[in-house]
Amino acid sequence: MIELQDVTIAYDRHPAVHHVCGSFAPGSLTAVIGPNGAGKSSLLQAIAGLRRISGGSLRLSGCRRADISYLPQLMVADDGFPISVMDVVQMGFWRRIGPFRPVTAAMRQAAVQALSTVGLDGFDDRIFGHLSAGQRQRVLFARVLVADSRVILLDEPFTAIDARTTKDLLDLVARWHGEGRTVIVILHDFEQVRRVFPHSLLLARELIAWGPTAEVLTAENLLAARAMSEAWDNEADLCRGAA
Amino acid sequence: MTGLYDMLIGPFADFAFMRRALVACLALSLGAGPIGVFLVLRRMSLIGDTMAHSVLPGAALGFIFAGLSLPAMSLGGFLAGVLVAMASGLVSRYTPQKEDASFAAFFMISLAFGVLLVSTHGTSVDLIHVLFGSILGVDDQSLTLMAGISTVTMLAFAAIYRGLIADCFDRTFLASLEGRGGIYHGIFLVLVVLNMVAGFQALGTLMAVGLMMLPAIAARFWVRQVWSLIFLASASAFVSGYCGLVLSYRFDWPSGPSIVLVAGLLYLVSLTIGPRDSLLINVLRRRHLRS
Repeated sequence: MIELQDVTIAYDRHPAVHHVCGSFAPGSLTAVIGPNGAGKSSLLQAIAGLRRISGGSLRLSGCRRADISYLPQLMVADDGFPISVMDVVQMGFWRRIGPFRPVTAAMRQAAVQALSTVGLDGFDDRIFGHLSAGQRQRVLFARVLVADSRVILLDEPFTAIDARTTKDLLDLVARWHGEGRTVIVILHDFEQVRRVFPHSLLLARELIAWGPTAEVLTAENLLAARAMSEAWDNEADLCRGAA
Repeated sequence: MTGLYDMLIGPFADFAFMRRALVACLALSLGAGPIGVFLVLRRMSLIGDTMAHSVLPGAALGFIFAGLSLPAMSLGGFLAGVLVAMASGLVSRYTPQKEDASFAAFFMISLAFGVLLVSTHGTSVDLIHVLFGSILGVDDQSLTLMAGISTVTMLAFAAIYRGLIADCFDRTFLASLEGRGGIYHGIFLVLVVLNMVAGFQALGTLMAVGLMMLPAIAARFWVRQVWSLIFLASASAFVSGYCGLVLSYRFDWPSGPSIVLVAGLLYLVSLTIGPRDSLLINVLRRRHLRS
């Protein structure tokens, strides 16, 4: 369970996310949606432990920070780096191998299997930076796959990805959900959200709605999110309650 | 045959200072290879240059307090380099300013301060010594320091290699796992400064970075794996050192620029005919696409 109690996240004392309350149930599949600049990535980074919260509390019960896999937006990874596809996937074993322990034959086999699962058989020795955007995203999903985490956070994983790859990776997301993992995904495609995600969280710096997707993705809520986002003052100070 | 021996081996067989210089080149190359490759991979090629210059005021202060004392100048240079690296890192972390801009600002302050110190407390000969080094005048103490630094560098790289790779490739990923990406970057910056200190004894603050960057940049036109880049960069740095020393002896050229110019020549050859993304390969690729 991931519980958010009055969570506020700020950059240089300017708020990015304000007073968010709610919880992600174990094994749930949730889409985080909202306009650009709504604080979706900040929220995911806070859950992943990459960003400090300025107010409220964020509690992980029944899982540790080490049980979380976080996949940032694709552009964050250095695609000019001369690293092989296999080495990228094997980074997923980091919690088990750390900076010093060797990669075992079983791990190597699991990495090959993960590449096969994402449709990249025989890509082991290819250089990651030489792949297409869709293939790179498949590799990064294979890295999440071998990490075998109980909580998976994906930040806009299907941006600039072709339809076929999106479908394959969405199937993998559904498989993770079926295996009882908690999966939280930032998305912009409402159709995708309606089709695949049972729960949604609509954010526009403040929480607009959180619950079953059909109840969250209403015209009224979306209008409210848009209005909230447009009215927001980026230079505003934190409100007193959050400081 | 004798002529070839006289040209390529004779200077090292006949003169102890040439042998010492060659060993110094070997020590510098072993450290410079991995440092240069990771500076390129981290897109910090020019930051390496700024850090090389930033050791100057520390070395000058060491000179003012202890004369031409190697330990004092090295310690001063090391502390000045670390100070500039830390200050630049802190500014980029706590303000919106990017790391390259803060490095440029601190290195300029550091360089100007260093030149001022050397000019007002030393002679122009001292300034030239610090700026251009004197690999042919390397004594046992300097050689021990260089060998020690290259040994520490290689051992440290063996320890942080995997973490540094992960941090370079995808810093967010590593931070999400253990929040320790900064440690690898910090150790790396300390190693950069250490190798700059080793380099300025031999090649001076202006040239030290040349032996680091040129072989590392050239290696990318030949190989693609990180370990092979490191191996090739170290090997070509040593070849540059050897050829530079031979040229310096034969034509009575200054040794530092000779070494760096050979490294530059190897870079130009790599750029032209290397098997990976060189000018030649790009021309052939275009022709292939047209036909």
